[in-house]
Amino acid sequence: MSLLELRGVTVRYRQPGAKARMLAAVDSVQLAVGEREMLGLVGESGCGKTTLGRAILGLVPLAAGEVRWRGQRIDDLGRRAFRPLRRELQCVFQDPHACFDPRMTVAESVAEPLRALERGLAAAARERRAIERLEEVGLGRELAERYPHQLSGGQLQRAGIARALVVDPAFVVCDEPVSALDVSVQGQIVELLERIRAGRGLASLFISHNLAVVARLCARVTVMYRGRIVEAGPRGQIVGQPLHPYTRELLDAVPGIDAGARARLLARAANARPARDTGAGADGCAYAARCPHALARCRAERPPLRPGPDGRQVACHRAEEWPGGLPPAPAV
Amino acid sequence: MTLLAIRGLTVDFSGARPVRAVDGVDLDVAPRECLAIVGESGSGKSQLLLACVGLLAANGRADGSARFEGVELLGTGDRAAAVRGRGIGFVFQDASGSLTPHRRIGDQLAEVAQAAHGLDRLAARAEAVRLLEAVRLPEAARRLRQYPHELSGGMRQRVALALALAARPRLLFADEPTTALDVTVQAEILALLASLCREFGMALLLVTHDLGVVASLADRIAVMRGGRLLETTASPAFLAGPRDPYGASLLAAVPTLAGLR
Amino acid sequence: MSGGLWRDALRRLTGDRAGIAGLAILGLLALTALAGPMLIGWRQDEIDWAHMAAAPFTAPGHWLGTDRLGRDLLVRTLYGLRVSLAIALAATLVALVIGVGWGALAGYLRGRADALMMRFVDVLYALPQVFFVIILTVVFGRGPVAILVAIGAFGWLTMARIVRGQALALREREFIEAAVVGGAGTTAVVLRHIVPNLLGPVIVYATLTVPQVILVESFLSFLGIGIQEPLASLGNLIADGAAEMETAPWILAVPAGVLVLVVFAFNFLGDALRDALDPRDA
Repeated sequence: MSLLELRGVTVRYRQPGAKARMLAAVDSVQLAVGEREMLGLVGESGCGKTTLGRAILGLVPLAAGEVRWRGQRIDDLGRRAFRPLRRELQCVFQDPHACFDPRMTVAESVAEPLRALERGLAAAARERRAIERLEEVGLGRELAERYPHQLSGGQLQRAGIARALVVDPAFVVCDEPVSALDVSVQGQIVELLERIRAGRGLASLFISHNLAVVARLCARVTVMYRGRIVEAGPRGQIVGQPLHPYTRELLDAVPGIDAGARARLLARAANARPARDTGAGADGCAYAARCPHALARCRAERPPLRPGPDGRQVACHRAEEWPGGLPPAPAV
Repeated sequence: MTLLAIRGLTVDFSGARPVRAVDGVDLDVAPRECLAIVGESGSGKSQLLLACVGLLAANGRADGSARFEGVELLGTGDRAAAVRGRGIGFVFQDASGSLTPHRRIGDQLAEVAQAAHGLDRLAARAEAVRLLEAVRLPEAARRLRQYPHELSGGMRQRVALALALAARPRLLFADEPTTALDVTVQAEILALLASLCREFGMALLLVTHDLGVVASLADRIAVMRGGRLLETTASPAFLAGPRDPYGASLLAAVPTLAGLR
Repeated sequence: MSGGLWRDALRRLTGDRAGIAGLAILGLLALTALAGPMLIGWRQDEIDWAHMAAAPFTAPGHWLGTDRLGRDLLVRTLYGLRVSLAIALAATLVALVIGVGWGALAGYLRGRADALMMRFVDVLYALPQVFFVIILTVVFGRGPVAILVAIGAFGWLTMARIVRGQALALREREFIEAAVVGGAGTTAVVLRHIVPNLLGPVIVYATLTVPQVILVESFLSFLGIGIQEPLASLGNLIADGAAEMETAPWILAVPAGVLVLVVFAFNFLGDALRDALDPRDA
């Protein structure tokens, strides 16, 4: 049985402006994360992946659908009823400097979840646990007594991971945990996350806009676009034989350092399409406006997420037309 | 002739704890060349660029020499003079560094075009449209009337590029131009940079912490660490095997899809 | 809330000369107000029949002269300073506690609770303070209690508004969300995260409120509503002095001078505190 299950989850928000409409940030999303599994969730800014993470954590209400944790519904719990669950469901945030209270030391911040979630502990015991976790993520005691602005991004993000782990959760939502860091530090944090996941047998949802990072870490990958899941499946398939044109676009966008990278860049420059605006139609495929393979049918009819060949899921009317996966541009 | 010749450039910041951000850097940029400076946060790479165009913070001081087309840039006392009159364009990491939030995009572009080429209002507006088309922003005429906050991050960065191009610079400085953008948008902006440099015959000096960004774009790669320049190598040679172990570690850190298919 | 950041602020504060001057003046005045009357020996209502309305330095034992009734002016001024300061500090404390609590909660809760709470503040704002004070004096009788209640009842309003604005901005910051994910309830978030992060502006505003309260109290006592004879407050001393302005100007000059000094000192201190506490944080 899956540890975490989402069925038909929809989150709406009011579009700011004169004609306030309700837009779907997350649109009928279904996914499942099993024990000890790290599921990758990829998509660009605004695709709803962060909102999805917050919905799982009970921070935003659902407009439709359900979130089930260990088989029980958790999306309809009030703030207070949700609190005991926070021992099991934790989060690592994107910008470490923003998610630490500037007026508390790192050790105090890391120990804070224990105050609410493990009330039996005395202050000394809390501090001990916090220091233990910090050492587990590679931060020494001297850094623990400092203030957030005195630590580098990489160090502070380690502290963020320690804070998520201090209550010994079963599931961690990692919301773009490396996007705000230098590339040279990203690798260390990714390795740390993998080590911790394996060591503690954690399940987790790894959210990012960079497919290369996600693919490194996660055996299964889910691709989101404009609130909808467009493709989901094992990493090898997604990366090796992508069926959805957006997945193909994400793969092509990963910067390459191989010999062919330059040629690809120049080809992309030569074939460049003009930048697209927002403005998705409610009917039809959300990606149709920028899809090089779009048909009239795509604009009129929304493709359902259905099982494709080889066990994955894809939401594209034309998925059957390229059995070996879409080849990289610009050969298309 | 070397377009930009930097010799012994040093940048110091005074204050409670004095810091030497750039330590004796020598660098050359040839016309129409793309040179990328790669390094982590705090390596001094951004300060190097800012020093050349006189945009250092008030407590910063630059020593040494930076000659653009033979003219000395440092110590002239006139902030951003290099950018205004001398053929250097600047693109910041965050487009809000270039764009004024309360003025329409068309006005901002036209103003620069007028100042640079002495055009009248009508000609400046036409030039603004041309610039927006050059950066491949669709519906250019409509964009002229929009404000920066009405555009997405990637589009704002294109407008910032257009602004930088308006004065037809011979050298474009870009300080982490894609760091704040998604991978898909980043790829487009990089491709755009490549084609614009060719189209306008510009040299590009690009600063970034991400080697992946420059691998496809740069002719030469320079590695900075702790204010010092460690190595400057032609791009293909660097990607095959950097001389310096630090450069090698930066290369190894780039997340790629190799081996995952 | 740990010491490190406050120590930084203290360091910056000690570097600010005007602020230190203000602090020193206040310290000196407070000390004099507390210890002075004992050292001088006159009681505040003690009448010296021999030296009525004596100018400063003319009558023996009366450094700053006497008033119309022969009471030592210095002693009365010091007692008046005591009363004024005590009321000001007490009223500011009340305003602080209620205002910060109200504003922080409203700002954090947003939505309907916030709207209700701030409409209540708006309504109170609209009431004319002086009328209210007069009504209170009828209820509580004239004297310090009425003044304290009146000033306290209105003093927290502006504080609540300021704090609410700060809290609204603060609640959007990611570390608040992180605290919620860490299981913190509303009380914990407000007390442990929101309030400590807005203490900077609050402290500054408080030091600037104290002189305002002194002025209000002085004004009310001047009008005859507040502190009554034979008790002294800076306000009723000034009222006395105003009546004798042409013949015995020192009776006005001494308490007025002290009032001006106190207000200046608090303002300098408030400015210095703002510089020390505000910008460099976070």
